[in-house]
Order: sequence, then structure tokens, then C-alpha cells
Amino acid sequence: MTNKVCLRTLSLSKPRSLDTYLSIGGYSSLINILSNRIPPSEIIQQIKNSGLRGRGGAGFPTGTKWGFISRDFCTQKYVVCNSDEGEPGTCKDREILRNNPHQIIEGMAIAGYVMSATIGYNYVRAEYYEPIDIFEAALLEAQEAGFIGKNIRNSGIDFELYCSIGAGSYVCGEETALLNSLEGKKGFPRLKPPFPATNGLYGCPTNVNNTETYASVPVILQYGSDWFSKLGYDKKSGTKIFCISGHVNKPIIVEVGLGIPFQNLLAMAGGVKEGFNVKAVIPGGSSSKILSSSDLKDLKMNYEDLSLAGSMLGSGGVVVLSERTCMVKILTRIVSFYHEESCGQCTPCREGTGWMLKILNKILENKAKKSDVDNLVRIACNIEGNTICALGEAVAWPVQSYIEKFKNEFYAKIKS
Amino acid sequence: MKQIISNCYLTRKMIAEISLWEKKYPRNQKASIVIPGLHIIQQNNNGYLTMELMKSLANYLGLPFTIVYELATFYSMYNLEPVGKNIINICTNISCLLNGADDIVKFVEKKLSTPVGETSKDGKFTIKTVECQGACCGAPMLELNRVFYEKLDFDKVEKILDGIK
Repeated sequence: MTNKVCLRTLSLSKPRSLDTYLSIGGYSSLINILSNRIPPSEIIQQIKNSGLRGRGGAGFPTGTKWGFISRDFCTQKYVVCNSDEGEPGTCKDREILRNNPHQIIEGMAIAGYVMSATIGYNYVRAEYYEPIDIFEAALLEAQEAGFIGKNIRNSGIDFELYCSIGAGSYVCGEETALLNSLEGKKGFPRLKPPFPATNGLYGCPTNVNNTETYASVPVILQYGSDWFSKLGYDKKSGTKIFCISGHVNKPIIVEVGLGIPFQNLLAMAGGVKEGFNVKAVIPGGSSSKILSSSDLKDLKMNYEDLSLAGSMLGSGGVVVLSERTCMVKILTRIVSFYHEESCGQCTPCREGTGWMLKILNKILENKAKKSDVDNLVRIACNIEGNTICALGEAVAWPVQSYIEKFKNEFYAKIKS
Repeated sequence: MKQIISNCYLTRKMIAEISLWEKKYPRNQKASIVIPGLHIIQQNNNGYLTMELMKSLANYLGLPFTIVYELATFYSMYNLEPVGKNIINICTNISCLLNGADDIVKFVEKKLSTPVGETSKDGKFTIKTVECQGACCGAPMLELNRVFYEKLDFDKVEKILDGIK
């Protein structure tokens, strides 16, 4: 039971073509909604019942988010898709863009109808050359077939959808930084409130969801919220795409029921390379807290259990580290990433990431003192909660958890 | 199409491509066109941006130059200095690192006798290391001329580089 929702075209020939998508009931949800004028509140209720939560990492309930935008508000509204996938370890949105672009388009068009937004943008990271070309081609197909554009299927509903691009900035994956980038500004996250639902793109009410979230919507409406939620191992939360990479034999991008035991996922990825044991796992992209092998025994991959285990489901980017991995080296690489990608707006993140990187490099070179390790944790704690966006936490959590779980490795590199 | 203003260094091809993007955004939101516009200019100018071209884009869109320059310096995909004919972007982030990205970098450096961040003497290649490109399940990976090459080993890299004219 894999690849049933966002990746459902993967097993078909010509997965990305409009004909293939139509052959599996694609665009039937949109047409049904438009021709029967299904009340938006009913659609929102179905999404709520399905248990769908934001698949970009934050996990906010999608139905609730859709309800934030007032339909009566008589102004331009926007729906924006966040395809600025950049969380290290995550490569699922690329897979959807390349193999099932029409489902993203249908999901966004449905969102447009629900919120009476007539313009949509899919913001794709510019490095996704092939996915961008594929998505643009799908947009043309959908336009010609009359699924988007003016007066869709004589319903009187308009929905123009465009592909937009970034230019190499991790922080633009944060929704308000993304909106600033779309507006032609630096990717600085905005203070919230006000939230995008009231002050989003160009100051207008805007709904931002992740690619996987939009792509889940048409299938939920096609087969019903009950069908979707029961795809979960827990029979209530539907599916999630996981990308299992790192020290595994067969790295794999796979869509499975939420709550799948970690050991099953690891088996799907062919087990650990060269027969080694697992030392640690990054469960939800590089910003999630690390889990050690003892956390993994009965671990179920869903929002609740990962949170109980002290980490998070995040983006579903699962990175497996074998027993031969140097944790100091891995943490140094992760901190160097966040240091590079910090937008520089908030002092704790801009300066803190640099200090931590310097200290970690010192530890790697066996030039650090024991107090340097303690300092790392102190700096991380001073970043956490003191920045505009979650990039602060994204760097603080790895630092805190790597040192907590693998302190001996850090101390072993201290000069005596 | 707008009339070409004097001192405009944008080519007809650049303007034609930029004008396609103008249709995507509201008429009064010209700044939205800067990011795609800079990509277009760079691609049609041997892979890098010049002050003249950035000023020309600002003039063309009717925006202050600072807006264009700010974006050109904030986002990492823009080059403000000349680069090689082919830019090799090697991912060194976590999944690639765990699968030998460091060795791939060393191999490319040796093969082209050029260190990371620099351009080969014949101007054919610039080697760069980049952050996560979203191909973690194909690690290690590199990107060259808009194509992702995944699950690399030395043989594959050698063939890729030899195949570039």
C-alpha cells in the first residue's frame, strides 16, 4: 500500500501527462465542485475530517487554515504553493512536480474556489529546472483543456495559475519570506501577526500551503475523507511522503500511511549500508532533533509519536546515520548550512550561527576546551525563541540534541 | 513591448523573455519581475550579471537600482563576476556528505586542476559547492547546465566532464 495519493501516477506510463491524470479521475473533484457549486464550508469540513495537516513541516491542520480566509471579503485574494523545497534530506515535492503536476494544479484550483481567490502562484526553487519545465507544460495543458483560466467550464469561476521562481535561498521556504520573495524583495521572514490569511501577497489575504498538501486535496475529495484518513497506520491521519536517504542501501521516496513503524521504512530503503547498525536518525529534515538508536525500537512515524520521542515529523526527510558516522562532523555541516542560509535579519541567528560554527570547527580540529561545548548549548538556547522565523529553532534544535545524545563524542575531541 | 530606452544593455532576446514574466504579475508590482529578470539576463550573458545590465533592468522596469542590486546580492544563484562556460554545482549537504560528496569534490578539483570556487584556466569550468538541491535520494549529486546528475561515482563524473565541449 504505497504511493496512493500524491504519487499515485508513479506506477502508470507517462505519469505526468494530462491524459494519464484524467484516466484516474483527475480534475473530477474540481469539475464536481464547480458544476454542483459545492459550498466551500462543506469542502473545508471534508478536509478537516480527513485529518490532513500541512506537509511542509509545521503540520498545521489544513482545513482550519483554509477557514481563516473570509470568502465574503471583497478584495483580490491569492493562493500560493510553496515548492521551495530546501530542507536538507527532503526531496518529495520535486517528485510530485515531476510526476504528478496536474494534481497540484487541481488542488490549487480547488483552494482558489474555496477562498474565492482568482490568482495562484506556485513558487518553485529555481534550481528545479526540470520540474519547473514540467510544471509549466502541465499549466499549458490545463489551460488548454479549460481546467484553469477564465470562466472555468462555464462556471463563472476564474482561476489564473502561474509558476514563479526563487533564486537560491533556503529561508524563502518560510511562508512569509516566500511572499516577500514573490513581491520582489529579499527573503526576510515577516513578523506574525498579521498572518498571510489577512495580510499576505501584496498585502492581500493569501493562503500558503506546501506542494504535498495541495496535491493531497483532489484525492481526498475524490475518494472521501474517510478513505484518506484510513490510509494511515493509525486509521486517522492519511498518508505522508518520506524520503529515506543517507547510509541506506536503496534510498527511496515513498508515500505511506502515517504512523508506519520506522523499522518498516528502513526496510523499504534496503537497510543500513554495508550491514552496519543505525547510530542515529534525523527524522524530519536537518532541523529536526536527532534520535539515537535507542529511540527507534518501536518508533512510529507520525506527528504525535515523533513529538513524544522529542523530535518532529517535519518534512518527512529521514536521514539515516550508520554507527561509523562522526556526529561532530555532521553537526558542523548542519550548522554551516544554517549559517550560510541565515537571512541576517535577527541578531541571535545571524551572529549565533557564526559563533557556533567557529566553535564546532575548533572542536573538529581538537583545539577546543570543555567549556566550548557548554557554550555551544548556551548559544543555541539563546537563539531558540528569539528570532522572527523558525530558522532559529532549526539550528538550535540540532545543536542541543546532538550534544545531549552524543556528548561523549564531543568531549572526546577536547584537547586534554 | 516597451521601447528600448537609451543606455539599455538588455538584448531583444532578454526583453522578449522578461516580457513573458510581466504577464504573470499585477501591473503595479514590477518588483516581482526582478528575480526572474535577473535569471534571464544572467543566462543570456555568459552566466553572470554586470552593473550595466542590472541598471538597465531597473530602468526597464521603472524601479530604483537599489532594488535590483539588493536582490542580486541577497540570492545565491546570481553571479556578479565572470564565470566559466560551464558551472559545476556539487551538493555537499548532509545526504550527499554521507555518500561521499567530499570525495566527488576532490575528484572534480583534481580532474580539472581547479580548486572549488574558481574557474579553470581555459575558462571552460567553474567549480562550486552548493547547499541541498533536493535530490537527497540520489546522493551524491551535482548539477551541470541545468541537469541533475545523481548517484555519482568517479566513473560517472569522469564521463560527465569528458562529455562537455
